[in-house]
Amino acid sequence: MSVRSKVIEAIQQIAKEQNVTLPELSDDLSLHETGFDSLAFAILVARLEDEIGVDPFTISEDAAFPATVGDFVRAYANVPA
Amino acid sequence: MSPREIFALRDHLGAELKGRTISDAHDVVSLTDILSHTVLGGRLRELSGRAVLLKLSDQLRSGLVMIELDGIARRMLLCPPDLNPAHLDALIADAGIDAVVTDEPDRWADTCVPLVVVARLPLQAIAPAKSERATEWLMLTSGTSGVPKIVGHTLEALTGAIVAEGPARGQAPVWATFYDIRRYGGLQIFLRAVLSGGSMVLSDPHESLADHVARLKARGVSHISGTPSHWRKLLMSGSAAQFAPAYVRLSGEIADQAVLDGLKAAFPNASVGHAYASTEAGVGFAVNDGLEGFPADYLGNRNGVEMKVTDGSLRIRSARTAHAYVGRNAAALTDADGFVDSGDIVELRGDRYYFVGRRGGIINIGGLKVHPEEIEAVINRHPDVRMSRAKSRRSPITGGIVVADVILTEGTDQARAKEIRDEILKHCRAQLASHKVPAVIRFVEALDVTPAGKLARTDA
Repeated sequence: MSVRSKVIEAIQQIAKEQNVTLPELSDDLSLHETGFDSLAFAILVARLEDEIGVDPFTISEDAAFPATVGDFVRAYANVPA
Repeated sequence: MSPREIFALRDHLGAELKGRTISDAHDVVSLTDILSHTVLGGRLRELSGRAVLLKLSDQLRSGLVMIELDGIARRMLLCPPDLNPAHLDALIADAGIDAVVTDEPDRWADTCVPLVVVARLPLQAIAPAKSERATEWLMLTSGTSGVPKIVGHTLEALTGAIVAEGPARGQAPVWATFYDIRRYGGLQIFLRAVLSGGSMVLSDPHESLADHVARLKARGVSHISGTPSHWRKLLMSGSAAQFAPAYVRLSGEIADQAVLDGLKAAFPNASVGHAYASTEAGVGFAVNDGLEGFPADYLGNRNGVEMKVTDGSLRIRSARTAHAYVGRNAAALTDADGFVDSGDIVELRGDRYYFVGRRGGIINIGGLKVHPEEIEAVINRHPDVRMSRAKSRRSPITGGIVVADVILTEGTDQARAKEIRDEILKHCRAQLASHKVPAVIRFVEALDVTPAGKLARTDA
């Protein structure tokens, strides 16, 4: 499974658990518009760390938290797993 | 003090009951004529009035030394097997130790302790000794970091709850415990066996659980105690079958409904009770209605034990609490009114108080305080879960999140893991605030338990 599909699948699973209705997950959708709160993002980052083996937001000191879904996926795609 | 006023351990051991024993995996010692025998090679007189360190590699000799020494020594300090040797010098200084009873005399040859007495089996015949004084019993707290605190008790305080309950009815019980008897929880069981006219079967750290249970069965153990973690391990091992104790007791950790129900199912003919006790606060109370928590009307003064809840934690004042921390920089053990703060946080729901966790065990989740035990209690209620541990994990988003390690009930189909995980999360979301719901649930084969029998919480 590609990094992108792993990320999207995890987002959809957490949305289901949190009763969040997701809009269509396009690359330029802002993360704010996903309906996720900070706790949901924290769960997402923790689960992806277990699944993919990296947490790009802790590894990199200067990483700004991404603004869009596309940025978020790229943060994982750009880290050597 | 006149000897007539003293009631030491030996004075509870009349010769009227025959066939009583104390045993471990290797030896069986008769208690019937114990007063005319010595484990100290006949050197008890030399220990009169001394502050004695009990540093033995086994529980059997430790118990026999306690019986012989109580009423003779000024004080005795019980060393649990997991004591960090690096802390020994500080403890010896703080307790004013001037003698040691050991089975490794070579280790003490060049130390500052002036008197070294060897404890050995088999026992030797000797004229019975008479109690001379009320010996101070010193025990160590089981905290995980730093030098343990020395807690001072008297035999009267240690046995307050046992005497209050009166002698066991019917056949003399055969007691056992998963604890070490040099810890408060285990010592209570040892003292029960001595005072109640029964026998005692000791645990052995080098023995497998299956062999231990086989020994419990063979020796006819009727009454047995341990922490909820000890009991969960037994239930998981599958070794509980065919063992049929009459009384099963839990203490030392929160007994949640899941473990109480699990024990009731495993031992349908046993009465299952959980007791509240700590090294400092002594024995508070026992709950025998099969439910977690305790009735709210236990607060106030009940059987000489006064309890109140202040700032969320249970406070206890009674003749069974320890009387002081011992040592140069020892803190006060009680408040100005004589109450011991247990540090155990309780919550009133309906007409019952429930334990939610330790004050010192709070984890911080995004600035919000969370007791891992309250999350574990919800997870453990799932029928396929045997044991769990909640802890914090750092998060770049919120600072911290809750994650949980879960052991499934023996024989659970691994293919159902995802389904079970979803069900656990659903229960947690229904019963816990959102920040307490585990972000990640991991299924594991085992969880660490400390030598004192408690779930290891290294991050707390």
